[in-house]
Amino acid sequence: MKAFTAMVKARTMEFVRDTGSFAWALLFPIVMIIGFAFAFSSNGDTLFKVGVLGPGDSSLGFLKAPQTQFIPYEASQDRDVLMNKLRQHNLDALVDTQAKVYWVNDQGKNTKILDLLMVHLEGGEGYSRQVVSGAPVRYVDWLVPGVIAMNLMFGCLFGVGYVLVRYRKNGVLKRMKATPVSALTFITAQGVSRFFIVLVTSLFVYVGTNLFLNFRMDGSYLDLLLLLSLGILSMIALGLALASRFKNEELANGVINLITWPMMLFSGVFFSLEGTPKILQDLSLGLPLTHFITASRQVMLEGASLAQVMPEVAFLSIFTVVCLGLAAWLFRWE
Amino acid sequence: MADIMSVEFLEKRYGNVQAVDKISFGIPEGICFGLLGPNGAGKTTTIEMMEGITDPTSGQILFRGRPIEPSFKKKVGIQFQHTSLPEFITVKETLQLFSAFYPNPRPMAELIRLCSLDDILNRDNQKLSGGQKQRMLLALAIIPMPEIVFLDEPTTGLDPQARRNFWDLVRGIKAQGTTVVLTTHYMDEAQVLCDLIGIMDHGHLLELDTPDHLLSKHFQGALVRLPGREIQAENLDDTMKQLLAEGADLTGLSIHKPDLEDLFIKLTGSTLRS
Ligand SMILES: Nc1ncnc2c1ncn2[C@@H]1O[C@H](COP(=O)(O)OP(=O)(O)O)[C@@H](O)[C@H]1O
Ligand SMILES: [Mg+2]
Repeated sequence: MKAFTAMVKARTMEFVRDTGSFAWALLFPIVMIIGFAFAFSSNGDTLFKVGVLGPGDSSLGFLKAPQTQFIPYEASQDRDVLMNKLRQHNLDALVDTQAKVYWVNDQGKNTKILDLLMVHLEGGEGYSRQVVSGAPVRYVDWLVPGVIAMNLMFGCLFGVGYVLVRYRKNGVLKRMKATPVSALTFITAQGVSRFFIVLVTSLFVYVGTNLFLNFRMDGSYLDLLLLLSLGILSMIALGLALASRFKNEELANGVINLITWPMMLFSGVFFSLEGTPKILQDLSLGLPLTHFITASRQVMLEGASLAQVMPEVAFLSIFTVVCLGLAAWLFRWE
Repeated sequence: MADIMSVEFLEKRYGNVQAVDKISFGIPEGICFGLLGPNGAGKTTTIEMMEGITDPTSGQILFRGRPIEPSFKKKVGIQFQHTSLPEFITVKETLQLFSAFYPNPRPMAELIRLCSLDDILNRDNQKLSGGQKQRMLLALAIIPMPEIVFLDEPTTGLDPQARRNFWDLVRGIKAQGTTVVLTTHYMDEAQVLCDLIGIMDHGHLLELDTPDHLLSKHFQGALVRLPGREIQAENLDDTMKQLLAEGADLTGLSIHKPDLEDLFIKLTGSTLRS
């Protein structure tokens, strides 16, 4: 135990004193979030996004209005999901051509125009108006879980995976092997140190950017914290599994990049994968980060409880256990 | 005195490379044992097998007459040939870290004294000179109060002054009763420090004896050198008279007391590759 705490302490000091990496780990995500927040703050496009349920009835003049983007949905589509999109202003209106109903958000800035269009254009007669309510979700509200996820992915995969391979290459692991410390104790100490480092930097990034941007947070902070911890664990486990054998830093670096870049692009960090080819969406569901991001967005933007994001929690838990098992099985000092 | 460690028919093969070829020797307790040989001779492989770091292909390693047990790790001190130290922590913090690994670590003050660490205690590991780093690694090796320490080429790359300082430290550790095993390719170092010497080349143990015995066994008298010629002079007087009688040109003559360097050349037919 004495050995364990001493190792956690030494590893943490090593990180904190490495001012370059330290500053990078903290400032990069903050700058990124704030930068994106400004870049996307003025939503200049006047496009209306209208979801259409059922067959697009061409007699409905509404559907011919210019500047309108139509997103067709199957009639079997879950209504709750669509209503949420409407509440979060991902859709400006939703039209059900069979039930002859249309929904708008009473806080939507385009709602008045859409109402007028609906009433005055041909084919609009007989449609009943339904209202949902919800403040808009800004891009930055949506982005924050993504950037924190990206940050923890890099922090864990490089901070545990790459560093262990470097230790193996330069003989630090060999030196540890010559002491009575067990591999398990050593590895656990590395993981625990990194867990707290990434947890603290993530909280710092969240709180720091929240001061300026005041995110939407509809769920429970405890749930979000638990999710964050699970997300960090899953990435540390992946890092350990990756680092179990490699002897060569460049190779490890390459492999980690090969894993982090697809996760950056296809886990929905910066943009939603909705509407992309099915194969991409399937790929995305195989990536652990996707599940972390999806779950945290549901907690933050929709007020979901942990129970409601159970599928994601289960995926992350199983992924973590599998990676830890692999790491324990494959690990070599040399 | 009884052997603290011994190896019997110790062998290590890496694919087709016979790194160590069935060697046997014993190390009496309390001595300084030197394993000598050029690069690639198999010194590191041999002592890393003895340390329990590398598994032998075949053969036996005994510690106090018994096969090595897990508790051996608490009784052995190890200084590897190449080690990086954790970054961004100081010498003192590193010593504290490693002290936490052992049940009865050597007190910090004693470490500092035995390894002359006063001047570098608060220095970052990455900012140590070659000699300072070796002192620090020696300190790490003796933290566990080891019964035996292994030092793999501890002075390679150091300047002559730093090497001599390091020899003093090794003597100090030996004076405490710790058995020292060191490898080196410096013959003078072996001659000065070691009570027993094994000479290795190509995985074989060529000789095993005290430095004095080794020299008296292979050389009698002196080595007389003339340009392009070397004569082993058992009786210097006879040799000189014979040379004069031959009418040999004595310009450039030197008389040399044979040392381990000469012995090595004689045994392996080559100069020490370093
Ligand atoms: N891990 C290894 N894999 C393959 N060959 C090795 C390995 N370690 C050492 N060798 C080979 O074994 C021989 C002895 O090496 P070593 O024990 O390091 O010699 P020394 O320490 O005397 O310089 C060399 O030919 C070296 O190339
Ligand atoms: Mg060597």
